[in-house]
Amino acid sequence: MKRFINNIKKYFKYAIYSAKAELKSEVADSYLNWLWWIIEPLCFMLIYTFVFGVIFGNQEKYFASFVFIGLTAWDFFNRMITGSVKLIVNNRDVVTKIYIPKYILLLSKSFTYLFKMFISLIIAFILMFFQGVPFTWHFILIIPVFIVLYLICFGIGLLLMHFGVTLNDLSNLTTIGMRMVFYLSGVFYNITKRLKTYPKLSFILLRANPIAFCMNELRKVTIYGNFLSVQGLLIWGLFGLLLCIIGINVIHKNENSYAKVI
Amino acid sequence: MTDKNIAITVKDLHITYRGLKKTSIRASWKNLHSKVELFHALKGVSFEVEKGKILGIIGKNGSGKSTMLRAIAGIFSPDKGKINLHNNTISLLSIGVGFNKKLTGKENIYLSGMLLGFSEEEIKEKEKEIIDFAEIGDFINKPVKTYSSGMYSKLAFAITAILETDITLIDEVLSVGDAHFKEKSYNKMKELISDENRTVVIVSHSLGTIKELCDQVIWLHDGKIKMQGKPEDVLPKYEEFMKS
Repeated sequence: MKRFINNIKKYFKYAIYSAKAELKSEVADSYLNWLWWIIEPLCFMLIYTFVFGVIFGNQEKYFASFVFIGLTAWDFFNRMITGSVKLIVNNRDVVTKIYIPKYILLLSKSFTYLFKMFISLIIAFILMFFQGVPFTWHFILIIPVFIVLYLICFGIGLLLMHFGVTLNDLSNLTTIGMRMVFYLSGVFYNITKRLKTYPKLSFILLRANPIAFCMNELRKVTIYGNFLSVQGLLIWGLFGLLLCIIGINVIHKNENSYAKVI
Repeated sequence: MTDKNIAITVKDLHITYRGLKKTSIRASWKNLHSKVELFHALKGVSFEVEKGKILGIIGKNGSGKSTMLRAIAGIFSPDKGKINLHNNTISLLSIGVGFNKKLTGKENIYLSGMLLGFSEEEIKEKEKEIIDFAEIGDFINKPVKTYSSGMYSKLAFAITAILETDITLIDEVLSVGDAHFKEKSYNKMKELISDENRTVVIVSHSLGTIKELCDQVIWLHDGKIKMQGKPEDVLPKYEEFMKS
């Protein structure tokens, strides 16, 4: 653990600089450059709102905001997971030439995703304002939810990053897995209401899936003005922390062999 | 170990390529019980390098030279044995680590430098020197992808040459750019190398370079040290061996 903290201290600035560099390079040669970070989530929101709000006739209150909040959390999770699988291989140049603690690569990546999530969140707030969602002080509670979400994503990301080095087809597997989680997480529907007739199933779906849980909590504090479920948040927070610790240990043990494989 | 003048101590270094082998899920299912193939790249190499000295490593292809260099740089961990750097900073002189081709040359100086473990302030101090040395003019403010390959390596070389570490590892003496820059970089390299406080390990196939630069030579053969000593003793034997 001490080694981890020292490494973070030493490479934190690099992680930030490299994240900035990546964001910059992403938009360097497109016409609309940084506007894409706004247009993309906005368009997805419109698509989902149209398909599930109009075609499927979802009666959810403030449906656009509902979808957008879910999408914000989902995008972060999705990017972290899919990004981490091939992270080491994609950074072959760096990994085979110098020593860098490998989780710094993930940390740096996560900063770029956090930034995108932040933009998406601002749009969500603007959208909520236009839809007339009442503002309450509960808004501030999104912070602990995001911390828990980050811990879980980082933990899973570390493990996937490790296995992604040796298992070639892990990325195919995660694609399928992510699709499943996407539909089960209730990005565009309310799990509890949709599964009214199966209360047990919805109970499990909301609690066993950290993303569905985080999404639900986010909506609770923003759209519905409710309070968090502290217990659930603590449990998932501790679970995320545990994943991170395991992940860091696995990486410490194996990171020196990565250069031999890729 | 207590000797202060030793910069690198390598003791009984073994490196094996195995274990983490690339597999697919299907293959790993099949191979669950089969033996993993091992490749011993280094089989018990020990040596010491004094501070400020220049060590050359020679040997035919596949004798483990680059593997050893990478192990010393900390990219691989030894499977057996120890490498002690006595708290010196180290870098493997390599071209364009961590470059992002869509960013400008200037930004890449920072990106690459920070990756090599330098702070932003340290790089800022040397920035001008790097830019001057690279002599790529206004291109420094243009994206690296617009560079010619010569300019690219000139910038990359300038970064690694000017940001100095206590120990420098060089895999094949670099010859980059046009004739003029080649000479300049060779001279710069010589200047770096002959700095009293710098310890250098060079891997090269060019015996001329080794003869000119090194104080000490190690001849690696099949992962073991075949001969070790002064260049004038080792090189003739090596040449003879390679001809036969």
